[in-house]
This record gives sequence, structure tokens and C-alpha cells, in this order.
Amino acid sequence: MMTLTALLGAIELGTIYAVLALGVFLSFRTLNMPDLTVDGSIVTGMATAAVMCSAGINPYISLIGAFIAGACAGFMTGILHTRLKIQAILAGILVMLASYSINLRIMGKTPNIPLTKSETIYNMADKILPSKYSGIVIGLIVLAVIILLLYLFLQTRLGFVFRATGDNEDMVRAAGVSGDNMKLMGLAISNGLVGLAGGMLAQNQAFADISSGTGMMIIGLASVILGEVVFGTKTLLRRLISASLGAILYRVIISQALYLGMESSDLKLVSAVIVAAALYLGILGEKGAKIRKRRGQNGKSASNS
Amino acid sequence: MENLLQIHNITKIFGEGTINEKVAISDLTLKLQAGDFVTVIGNNGAGKSTLLNCIAGVFPLDRGDIILAGKNITKIPEYKRAKYIGRVFQDPLKGTAFDMSIEENLAIAAAKNKSRGLQPGLTKADRNDFREKLAMLEMGLEDKMTQKVKLLSGGQRQALTLFMAVIAEPKLLLLDEHTAALDPSAAEKVLALTEKFSKREDMCTMMITHNMKDALKYGNRTILMQSGRIAMDISGKEREDMTVEKLIEKFSIDNDRMLL
Ligand SMILES: Nc1ncnc2c1ncn2[C@@H]1O[C@H](COP(=O)(O)OP(=O)(O)OP(=O)(O)O)[C@@H](O)[C@H]1O
Ligand SMILES: [Mg+2]
Repeated sequence: MMTLTALLGAIELGTIYAVLALGVFLSFRTLNMPDLTVDGSIVTGMATAAVMCSAGINPYISLIGAFIAGACAGFMTGILHTRLKIQAILAGILVMLASYSINLRIMGKTPNIPLTKSETIYNMADKILPSKYSGIVIGLIVLAVIILLLYLFLQTRLGFVFRATGDNEDMVRAAGVSGDNMKLMGLAISNGLVGLAGGMLAQNQAFADISSGTGMMIIGLASVILGEVVFGTKTLLRRLISASLGAILYRVIISQALYLGMESSDLKLVSAVIVAAALYLGILGEKGAKIRKRRGQNGKSASNS
Repeated sequence: MENLLQIHNITKIFGEGTINEKVAISDLTLKLQAGDFVTVIGNNGAGKSTLLNCIAGVFPLDRGDIILAGKNITKIPEYKRAKYIGRVFQDPLKGTAFDMSIEENLAIAAAKNKSRGLQPGLTKADRNDFREKLAMLEMGLEDKMTQKVKLLSGGQRQALTLFMAVIAEPKLLLLDEHTAALDPSAAEKVLALTEKFSKREDMCTMMITHNMKDALKYGNRTILMQSGRIAMDISGKEREDMTVEKLIEKFSIDNDRMLL
């Protein structure tokens, strides 16, 4: 088993990926849309937070900046999808591609911004808490605030129709609300959270890197699915917490696998395999449950005969 | 008396200019008064669903105007029109958000004419109100308000959808074979509810059905559609004297399904 320090490190990173997972949860689960903007918007968040932090702006304000920057990326995807009628997945890829150039511009055309000399939420926390736990504590506080706000939002009138959009857009329209507007809003909030996670990540690792977005959507997805399987989906609050815990668990598993000798360069392959397997096993959604049930019945009748 | 719904010379052509061109609605005019409950019959492909879709704003018209409660709604997008129009379709899955609870679904429908911001989606008062009203459906739904809709039977769902369609007091209720997917007893129940809800004085109802008996039993007026036009429009005495046999004979509707 890995060392305690490594475990704490994984959990600390997990609290950041949990914010990413919540973003992916909104697009993938609530809107029922695979959104690849994530791979771009997370870097947008990183870049924005890094530039703001190194300009001496309060690191918490920088996180809000990262949220807004990520939300803009999501909003663009929403415009491409709902107004120009481009397929959701393609719209996400287009914005992901475009955001590479934009992210570079935000970063002043350098592929890497170090934050070692800047104030971050993490080195601020180090001043009041023992540094071993400070990162986890601050990560959990940010995460808890986000879960609470998200939960409260999803219980509002607006939140209700937003949640119904992924289920049944016809019904949302019948209720006098434009499903397109809900998607637009959802993609913005979702990528806002992803951007925020990017901002936290940049502050945590003390640098922003232009190429660190690849595969983030899949990692978020893996976290959501892992959380659903391990921690359940019974209530809305439970689902939000499950997605977050899923992200933390995912980091812990990865860190243990690395400890056991997995090459870190194989990380993305492993993530892809995990998600592909989960998709195949039909853990995703209703259809999967039905297929599994049918398989179970077939299995039974086969063994009876 | 002012007509609540006025449809003036509307035409809807699908695939205009292509070899698949289809005139689904052809220069159709129809006026409904408040309190009217019109049953709509006609062969497959006669244009019944298209007519309802035109009224609801699913697609733009090629010609004509639609005026509801004195307001020209011809160019208003579907989701905005929905504030004045309640709809129920044949497919019980179409009307509800399956992964949300009964009370949450009702709250969404009930907030149709209210602003949708950060107010609580569901208050205690809403819950009490819904519980009271759901009891009218006599399906025991008032005791399962926190249950997800996907756990309901088709009949229960369709009753709930119908209830959701009228909860915000629309001007117009559009029903497209809304009992066709239900077993006979569930269908009867939903039809009884339909009749009950249609009694509101400031609303009119249009119900498409392939069941001739229902078409004459419910409502106060029946129209028959044929290739995008109204081929027959009966009410009052003429309608009372009409029988299923005469209907079929008169219009030589050779559709076995309709006899049932
Ligand atoms: N979206 C569409 N695109 C192209 N053609 C359409 C569309 N909707 C309907 N049509 C055509 O318009 C005609 C009328 O169809 P409609 O669905 O209104 O018939 P209906 O009277 O409701 O029939 P049914 O009893 O089978 O429900 C049909 O020929 C149909 O193929
Ligand atoms: Mg039809």
C-alpha cells in the first residue's frame, strides 16, 4: 500500500477532480450530452487563474475568473449546438480546438506559466493549517461550497426545468421553456465548474500548462461512473456527492496503481479502458440496466434448460 | 360570442418542391368557442396530427393565421405558445421527465406561467395543493408524490400527463390519440378525466381519436378530416343522431380499426 503522504496527496488532488466531475455530471448526466469542451475549458480555467494569480490578484478571485472563462467556452459550445444546430459532440470538439489558441493567448503565448512565486489558495492555507492537511481541508471546503450551491440551484424552479431537459426536452418545451436555452445555460455552468477545477489545479501544482487538458473529459466521466457504482444514485444530493467521491476514489486508485508500478505514461490508456468497460457493461443509464436484467434472465433460462 | 380559437385558411406543405411534396393541411379554416370539446377523426395520414402540430407551433405554416384568445400566435415559437396550450400525446413517455419525481414534474408544469428563476422549485404549499388535486385522479398518486415517474404504469403516467397539461389553466387542450396506448380500463379512466378537465369554461379541447364510439360519446362537436381538409363538421342535433354505423357508412371509412 502506498504511503500516507501519497494517499493524502491523492485525496487532495481528488477534491479538485471532484469539481471537474461535477461539471461533467451536469453535461453528461443532467443534459444527457457528451461534452468535449471540457478538455479545452479546463486549460482555459488554468490559464486564467495562473495569469490572474501571477498578476497578484487574490487567488479566490482568480478562481471566480477561471469559472467565468470556462463558462464562456461552454457558452460557445452551446451557441454552436443550439443556434447553429451543430451536433453536440462536434460543437464540443470545435470549441476544444479553438480554445487551444485562446488559451495560448491568455497565457501570453507561453506554453507554461509557473506560479511558484505567487500566492495561491494552497500556500495561503499553509499559513494557518499544518501543511500536510491544508490542501485537503481547503479542497474539501471549496468542494462542499460548490456541492451546496449546485444542490440549492437544482432545487429551484429554474433548476427543475434544467434537470428535466436531459430527460425529456419535449416536456420542457411543453412547460413553456426553451430547451435550447437550458442547454446553453447548462453547458456554461458545467464548463464553468471545469474551468474552476482547472484554476484549482493550476494553483495546486503551481503551474499552468497548455497541453494538460487532454483526456480530462474522460477522467471526469470515469469519476462520475465510478461514484455512481460505488456510492449510489438514490437522491439528487447523493448523486452530487457520489460524483465527487468517485473522483477522489479514482485518484486514489490511480495513485495506488502507480505505486504498484504502473507507468504514468499509461494513465490515459487505463482511463480510456475503464470508461469503455463501464460503457460496455451498461452502467450508463436505463438501457444498461435493462440489458443486464435481460442477460440475467437469459442466463437463468439457459441454465434451466 | 368571440371565438377562442380561430384557424384561418392554413396550409402546411411538407417537402415543397421535392418529389415527396405532401400537402398535409390544405386551406383549412376552423373556429372553436370557449368550452368546446371537439373530437377529430379521419384516416391515417389525413392530417390530424399535423393540424394539432400547426396549432402548437411545432413547425411554421406555409399560409394562414392562428388566433388564440384574441392573440395572433402564428409566428410565436412553440415553447412560448405552450404557455396557453396543454398537450398530451399517444406515447406515455413523451409528457413527463421520467427520472424526476411526480411532485417535481407537477411543479414544472404548474410554473408554466410564473417566472422561472431561483425561487424554490417546490414549496410546502405546492405539495399540499398537488396532493389535494392528485386525489381527483383517483389513482393513488397523491400517496407516491416523491416516487420517480418511471415507476408508474402507462395509464398512471398518461393521467399524470393530462393533469400536467391542464394544471396551469391553458386556453387550449390538444390531445393526440392520448389513450391509444392504454388498456381499455385505463383508457376509460383517462377519458373520464379528460371529460372532467374539459369542463372549464374558458378553454377548448381538441381530441384526436380512432375510436368512433369515443368520438361521438365525448365532447360537443366532431370533425372528420380527409386529405388535409375538414370533410365533415357536426354538432348539436345532427351529432346526437349520428351513430358509429352511419358515420362509417356515410364516409365509407374502410378502416377496421375504427369500428372498435
Ligand atoms: N414532419 C413531417 N415531414 C414530412 N411529412 C410529414 C411530417 N408529418 C406528417 N407528414 C405527412 O403529412 C401527412 C399527414 O400526417 P399526419 O401525421 O398529420 O396524419 P394523421 O391524420 O395524424 O394520421 P394518423 O392517424 O396515422 O396519426 C402524412 O402523409 C405524413 O406522411
Ligand atoms: Mg396522427
